[in-house]
Amino acid sequence: MENLIALLVAAPLLGAAVLLCGGRRLDRAGHWIGTALAAASFVTGVVLFTDMLGRGAEDRALHQHLYSWIPVEGFQADVAFQLDQLSMTFVLLITGVGTLIHIYSIGYMEHDERRRRFFGYLNLFLAAMLILVIADNYLLLYVGWEGVGLASYLLIGFWQHKPSAATAAKKAFLVNRVGDMGLSIAIMLMFTTFGTFAFGPVLGATGDTSEGKLTAIGLMLLLAACGKSAQVPLQSWLGDAMEGPTPVSALIHAATMVTAGVYLIVRSGAIFNGAPDAQLVVVVVGAVTLLFGAIVGCAKDDIKKALAGSTMSQIGYMILAAGLGPIGYVFAIMHLVTHGFFKAGLFLGAGSVMHGMNDEVDMRKYGGLRKYMPVTFVTFGLGYLAIIGFPGLSGFFSKDMIIEAAFAKGGTEGWILGSVTLLGAAITAFYMTRVMLLTFFGEKRWQPDAEGHEPHPHESPKSMTIPMIVLAFGSVFAGGFFSIGDRFMHWLEPVTGHDHGHAPVSAATVTAATMVVLVIGVAIAWAMYGRKPVPAVAPRGSLLTRAARRDLLQDDFNHVVLVRGGEHLTRSLVYVDHTLVDGVVNGTAASMGGLSGRLRKLQNGYARSYAVSMFGGAAVLIAATLLMRAV
Amino acid sequence: MNPVNYLYLAALLFTIGASGVLIRRNAIVVFMCIELMLNACNLALVAFSRMHGNLDGQIIAFFTMVVAAAEVVIGLAIIVSLFRSRHSASVDDASLMKL
Repeated sequence: MENLIALLVAAPLLGAAVLLCGGRRLDRAGHWIGTALAAASFVTGVVLFTDMLGRGAEDRALHQHLYSWIPVEGFQADVAFQLDQLSMTFVLLITGVGTLIHIYSIGYMEHDERRRRFFGYLNLFLAAMLILVIADNYLLLYVGWEGVGLASYLLIGFWQHKPSAATAAKKAFLVNRVGDMGLSIAIMLMFTTFGTFAFGPVLGATGDTSEGKLTAIGLMLLLAACGKSAQVPLQSWLGDAMEGPTPVSALIHAATMVTAGVYLIVRSGAIFNGAPDAQLVVVVVGAVTLLFGAIVGCAKDDIKKALAGSTMSQIGYMILAAGLGPIGYVFAIMHLVTHGFFKAGLFLGAGSVMHGMNDEVDMRKYGGLRKYMPVTFVTFGLGYLAIIGFPGLSGFFSKDMIIEAAFAKGGTEGWILGSVTLLGAAITAFYMTRVMLLTFFGEKRWQPDAEGHEPHPHESPKSMTIPMIVLAFGSVFAGGFFSIGDRFMHWLEPVTGHDHGHAPVSAATVTAATMVVLVIGVAIAWAMYGRKPVPAVAPRGSLLTRAARRDLLQDDFNHVVLVRGGEHLTRSLVYVDHTLVDGVVNGTAASMGGLSGRLRKLQNGYARSYAVSMFGGAAVLIAATLLMRAV
Repeated sequence: MNPVNYLYLAALLFTIGASGVLIRRNAIVVFMCIELMLNACNLALVAFSRMHGNLDGQIIAFFTMVVAAAEVVIGLAIIVSLFRSRHSASVDDASLMKL
C-alpha cells in the first residue's frame, strides 16, 4: 500500500511536465489531461484513506523511502514520505478541492488562450503541495514549501501582461522569501541541535533539548508560517495576490497553500509544546491577524479582496488555535478543512459572479444578483452561512471549538483570547453579511462601461456550478460530520495529541455568546447595507475605514520602515564603504605613490651621480668591514 | 726600496682616477680616468705579488690588462657613436634613462 504514496505526487507532477513541455499541440486536450491527473491523485488518496481506516489508530502511519537524496557521512537527506492521519487529511483536502477547482477552471478559463499552461501550473502546485504535506523530513518539506511558492508566483502573475499582476506576483514572492529564510534557518538549527531533520527523530528528541533552542526553532518556524499563511507582519502579499485568476485564489490563496503555515506549526507541535514563549508569540500573531484581516475585510469594495481579508482572519483563527498547544491542534486542522470547503466555495462563487459581470470586481456595482444567478446565490449563501457560523453548518462547529479552546487556555490569557475570538466572530458576521447584501440583494447598480457594454449577468456553465455545489455540500455538512462523536478529534489525536484544558465557562455559554455576537454582527451589517440603498461610489468613511481600505496602512508601513529604512541603511553603508574602506585602500596607494615619487628622483640619469653612489657604497662597505674586523 | 711605497702610489693614482670619473664631464677623460684606476689596481696587485713572494698578483694583473683592452675597444666605440648621434662627448648629456 505504501508504494501508492509516491503516486499521489507523481500524477500531478507528470501532468505539469507534460503540459508545460508539450507545446501547442496539447492546447485542445491540456485541460482534460490536467484535470484527469488531479483526479487520479484524488482517487489514490481515497484508496489510501480507506486502507488507513482499516487499520488500528496506532499503526495508521505509512512510510515510503523513495531514495537517498544526499547520502554523505554525517548528513542524510532522504526523499521519503510519511502518510499519517494529519497528512492524510491534507491530502484529501488538497486533491479533493484541487480536482474540483480544476473542473471549475475548465469553464472559467475557457476563453484564455494560455489555458494549457494554466493547468500545467495548477498541476505543479498540486505536486508541490502534496510533497509539502507528505514529506517525512523538514528538508523535503522545504522542497514542497518552495515549490508552492513558485507555483503561487506563476499563477498570481498568470496574466502577466497586466503590470498590477506582475507586481503582485513579485510582491508575493519577495514577502514569502522572508518567511522561507525563517524555515531554512529553522532547519539548520534543527540539524545542529538534533543532527537530523527527519520528523521522527527531531520531534521525538524535543524532551531532552533546552528550552532556548526550542524557542529559537519555534520562532523561526513561526516566521516561515507567517510568510506562507499571510500572518502579521508578513501579511501584505495576500490582498494583492487576488490579481491572479479566481480559481487560483480559491485553491492556493484560500483553501490550501496559505494553510501550510498551520500545517507546519501543528506538525512541529512537539517543538512548540516545549517552548511556551514561542507558543505565546504564535497566539499573539494569530490574534492580531484575526482582527487585522477582519477589519480589512470590512472596508474592501473589491469582492475578492474582501474575501482575502476574511481568509487572513480565518487563518488567524487557525494559527491562534495551533498556538494554544494540544488544546487547539485538532481544532486548528478541523477549521482548516471546513474553511477549505466554504472559502473555496465563496471564491468560486465570486469568480462565477465576475464571470457573469464582465470581470467587474467592485461590489458596489453589483446588487440584486440573486435573480440572475440562482445557483451561485444559493452556493455562495451556504458558504456565507458556514463562515459566519450559522448553527448546524461547518463553520459553526469548527469556529466554536476554537473559541472554546481559547477560553480553555485558562487564566487572564484565556479570557483575552476568548474575547478576541468572539470579537472576530462578530466582525466576520458583519463583513460577510456586507458582501452578501452588496452582491446579491438590493437594487441593481451596474452601469454600462466606457465602451457602452452593459453587463448581462447570467448563470455560469455547468463545469463551474457543479464544483460550487459540491463545495457547498462540504460547507454545510463537513463540520457536523466531523463533530458527531468527536470523530475528527479521535482521528487526529494519535498524531497531535489532545488536551481539554480548563474551561472557565461551559461550552453552552460560549455557544450562546457566539450566537449573540453573530446576530449583532449581522444586524449591524443589515442596518448599514440592507435597509437603505447602497451608494455606487464609496463614501469617504471614517478614519478607520479609510485606513482599512488601504489594508490598515500595511504597505505604507512597509514602505516607510523597510523600503526607506533599507535605503538609508544602504546609503550609510555606501558612505562607510567610500570613506572608511576605500579611504584605507586609497590612502595606502597614495602614500606608496608619494614615497616612490621621491625615490624616483634618485634616478636622475647622470652617470656620474651613479658613480658617486657606487663609490660611496663601496666606501661604506669597506669601512663597515674594517670596523667589524677591528671590533 | 720598501714595497709599501708602491701601494701609496697606487692609492694616489686610484684617487686621482676616481676623482676624475666623478668630476670631469668629457667622456674621453672619464674613460682615461677609469684606465688610471685600473692601472692603479694593477700596480697594487704587482706590489702585493712582490710583498708576498708569489705570482698570483701578477697573473691577475695580466687578466686586468686583457679585460681593460677589451673594455677600451667597446668603450671607445660607445663614445664614438654617442658623439656621432648627439655631437657631444659630455657624459651629462647622455641622460636618456632619466624618468
